[in-house]
Amino acid sequence: MRIGVLGLQGDFREHLAVLRSLGVDARDVRTRAQLDEIEGLIIPGGESTTMAYLLEKMGMLSVLRERGEQGFPIYGTCAGMILLARELNDAYPEHRLALMDIAVKRNAYGRQLDSFEADIHIKDIGKFHAIFIRAPKIVRVGPGVEILAEHDGAPVLVRQKNLLASSFHPELTGDSRVHEYFLKMVTKG
Amino acid sequence: MERLTGTFKVKSGLAEMLKGGVIMDVVNAEQAKIAEKAGAVAVMALERVPADIRAAGGVARMADPKKIKEIMDAVTIPVMAKCRIGHFVEAQILEALGVDYIDESEVLTPADPEHHIDKWQFKVPFVCGARDLPEACRRIAEGAAMIRTKGEAGTGDVIEAVRHMRLMNKQIRIVRQASDEELVALGKEWGAPVEVLRLIKELGRLPVVNFAAGGIATPADAALMMQLGCDGIFVGSGIFKSENPEKRARAIVLATTYYNDPKVLAEISEDLGEPMPSISAARLPERELLQVRGN
Repeated sequence: MRIGVLGLQGDFREHLAVLRSLGVDARDVRTRAQLDEIEGLIIPGGESTTMAYLLEKMGMLSVLRERGEQGFPIYGTCAGMILLARELNDAYPEHRLALMDIAVKRNAYGRQLDSFEADIHIKDIGKFHAIFIRAPKIVRVGPGVEILAEHDGAPVLVRQKNLLASSFHPELTGDSRVHEYFLKMVTKG
Repeated sequence: MERLTGTFKVKSGLAEMLKGGVIMDVVNAEQAKIAEKAGAVAVMALERVPADIRAAGGVARMADPKKIKEIMDAVTIPVMAKCRIGHFVEAQILEALGVDYIDESEVLTPADPEHHIDKWQFKVPFVCGARDLPEACRRIAEGAAMIRTKGEAGTGDVIEAVRHMRLMNKQIRIVRQASDEELVALGKEWGAPVEVLRLIKELGRLPVVNFAAGGIATPADAALMMQLGCDGIFVGSGIFKSENPEKRARAIVLATTYYNDPKVLAEISEDLGEPMPSISAARLPERELLQVRGN
């Protein structure tokens, strides 16, 4: 299986390492042409404004949006989730994929001093140690969106058909179960 | 459910999120917005950029909290601020303001001749400068969650950043190949804590993110540092002291992502206007060097 990790900015190397530990042919994706070589894409943590600017600038945003609409599997962590959300509380980033029927509030858990670790419970996975860094908060989910995990009453891992999004960073914990879940989405469709 | 805040994991984790990005020095809200729009991953809130600090002489201190708050209000990306080496009260003030990262920086005038801040006492993460691996190890032992090369700030001359990055890379290679008993000897010789050296040997790299800083003025400089293996770029005076800050900022952001693609680099390096007024680091007398402060 060939999975891409958007390598424009952020902790893409951590995602690549988790995927490779699972025996996946994982590649760093930075150009439009590279999007043709993969079966699914992870958008890593990082700064959503930076990634959005680069995606738009390199002509990747509309292509990726079209793919996402046609069933191409995408998993967004943190900044990646902001790019996937249809509704945002903020003017930035201006350009997004806006594929998932969720409303997200940026930095809603607070600034860096409020970044935290906590144990959560994920449906079909179980207990999971989650790391939230200046995390975005999901404040509304549409009818077609399944909530897979919550923390303090807010959804933190959600799925809508071919799309998966988390407020937290499973790539930082060395626990590959969320990645395995995404890989199953890629193979089973 | 219980929340753990201020852990080393969340401190170093934010630095992981900044990787492959550019952190820009800004002195007001307007510059912060330009930086954010150009794709900066964070801004460093300052009263003066290093080139002006260098020109002004005297004692350089933490910025006015009013200035820092103004910048924090202007952008949604993380905001960093500098405190003097060893000045733990300036750090306490910055933490109380809620900045996202503190740079315990040699660009400001050091406040303690022997000690750096005990960074384990803080919930806010710290980045510190280093000229070589032993210095980086000492800062990590004190609790730094991110390292940057010192380079020579405010010059626009990249040679010192290159020197520091190459030296760190060379010393990491030495550590990787050292036996366990040689690590102890290395620790003694270098003045580096052995526990940190062990961690570096185990990981094959620094245990925290390492950015390049101090003299980066062009997209080519940024790409050079990235090709030398750093994780991201700090640009101090290089942007807002240049002729066309907005265009240069965008170009440096692109260069930091596409550092391995000379065609893209050629395209974005075109017609950027004059870089910052620069001075050769080799011509600076020893007493004017910022990199020797705090060791």
